[in-house]
Amino acid sequence: MCAAPALLIDGTARIGTTPLFGPLRLGVAGGRITCLLGPSGVGKTTLLRLVAGLDEVTRFEGRITASDGLPLAGRIALMAQGADLLPWRDVLGNVALGARLRGQPPDLPRARAILDRMGLSEHARKRPHALSGGQRQRVALARTLMEDRPIVLLDEPFSALDAGTRAQMQDLAAEHLTGRTVLMVTHDPGEAARMGHAIHILTATGLETVAPPPAKVPRAVDDPQTLAVQGRLLARLRPAA
Amino acid sequence: MTRVLTIAASTALALGLWQALVMLASLPPFILPGPGRVAEALWTSRALIAEHGVITAAEVLIGLALGAVLGGTSAIGLAASPVARRLIRPMMVFSQAIPVFALAPILTLWLGYGLASKIAMALLIIYFPVTSAFFDALMRTPQPLLDLGRVMGANGTRLMWHIRVPAALPGFASGLRLAAVYAPIGAIIGEWVGASKGLGYLMLLANGRAKIDLMFAALIVLALLTLLLHAGVDRGCRRWLDGHSAG
Repeated sequence: MCAAPALLIDGTARIGTTPLFGPLRLGVAGGRITCLLGPSGVGKTTLLRLVAGLDEVTRFEGRITASDGLPLAGRIALMAQGADLLPWRDVLGNVALGARLRGQPPDLPRARAILDRMGLSEHARKRPHALSGGQRQRVALARTLMEDRPIVLLDEPFSALDAGTRAQMQDLAAEHLTGRTVLMVTHDPGEAARMGHAIHILTATGLETVAPPPAKVPRAVDDPQTLAVQGRLLARLRPAA
Repeated sequence: MTRVLTIAASTALALGLWQALVMLASLPPFILPGPGRVAEALWTSRALIAEHGVITAAEVLIGLALGAVLGGTSAIGLAASPVARRLIRPMMVFSQAIPVFALAPILTLWLGYGLASKIAMALLIIYFPVTSAFFDALMRTPQPLLDLGRVMGANGTRLMWHIRVPAALPGFASGLRLAAVYAPIGAIIGEWVGASKGLGYLMLLANGRAKIDLMFAALIVLALLTLLLHAGVDRGCRRWLDGHSAG
């Protein structure tokens, strides 16, 4: 994988004539994790779908570009809420799905190696319904890594997990996504404080940037500065009384 | 075990009510024979009923197989092509406004008195339920799966084969379960209109000769055939979709 490019999202999103968000200018640093927080319905997921080229309803006036000037298509991997595994394929089949969808022979040894790194080797032949929530999420991460794209979009990937499993997944994701340009939408101030090299809050009027804690990502759950940032984020996210 | 007992009990209850009705209303056998007489007719005419039953079963099974294949391909074609949807769907809905019963004489005229016209009737009656159940499921692929496929670079065809079709198979299966119940109706209508074999023909024949006990015997065999077919299709679908349950 060559150096992951930075992203620039610059413009206004509208549904019909109703403005959704913006004008905003969001820079996503290359090879870093950028966390995007914000109240529900503000358009965080829409922003991700726009970057992925998936949104056909929202009109985006402006530009979404990579710092190397190359098109984004084919360089993005997506990991969404709830893992979204194909229930009729086993774990190995899910991890190797991308190649099949592109009509290429899947690289099964590599898929097995990635499953091994995720601690899922013994589950390779199981169907998703036979796995726990945390295991399913690890399969989704393995599938994302299998795609080996420089840009990774995460849409509240761990929101359905219990607190302990979530912290574990955050460590695993931060470790394995190192070097990629990651844009992560989350509801959880703690998650942003642990994982973000940069942290932004999306509001109806634009972006607010919050300075991340100084420690290295993934930050310890009990790191005082991380907890302080988590508190500050929560205070900003609370609706005005 | 309890299930077998329940079925046995409800069968006994139905037979008891039947017998009570015949006795209390003192109905003559040429209006409504009692269960005993029907059982007797079932036994004495077993060879005759079996001979005609096999024909009806063949018509139903072939109709069902053709309906599954044609309905399945139509649904995929419609889901894949917006043009086909706009052109063909109104036609399909309109065709549903024509009672299939009214077409039976024409089918007999075109396809003759043999198996073909009955298979066509069975096919006509199940085509729409199969197609529409599968089509609806194909149009409701979970959005996250579609997003995933697109980001991974799937073209329309591969998205269809690897994601939309497998995700819609439970819908296809419910269409097939309905079809298993409808197909015998189609075959029987076909036989009523013009045939020299089959349970529907036998029922008309027995009715015309005032052998009401034989008519009921054929009717019961037909009902059992339908139940068996439905159970078989249900079981087959379950096995086929094993592990398909989302989650």
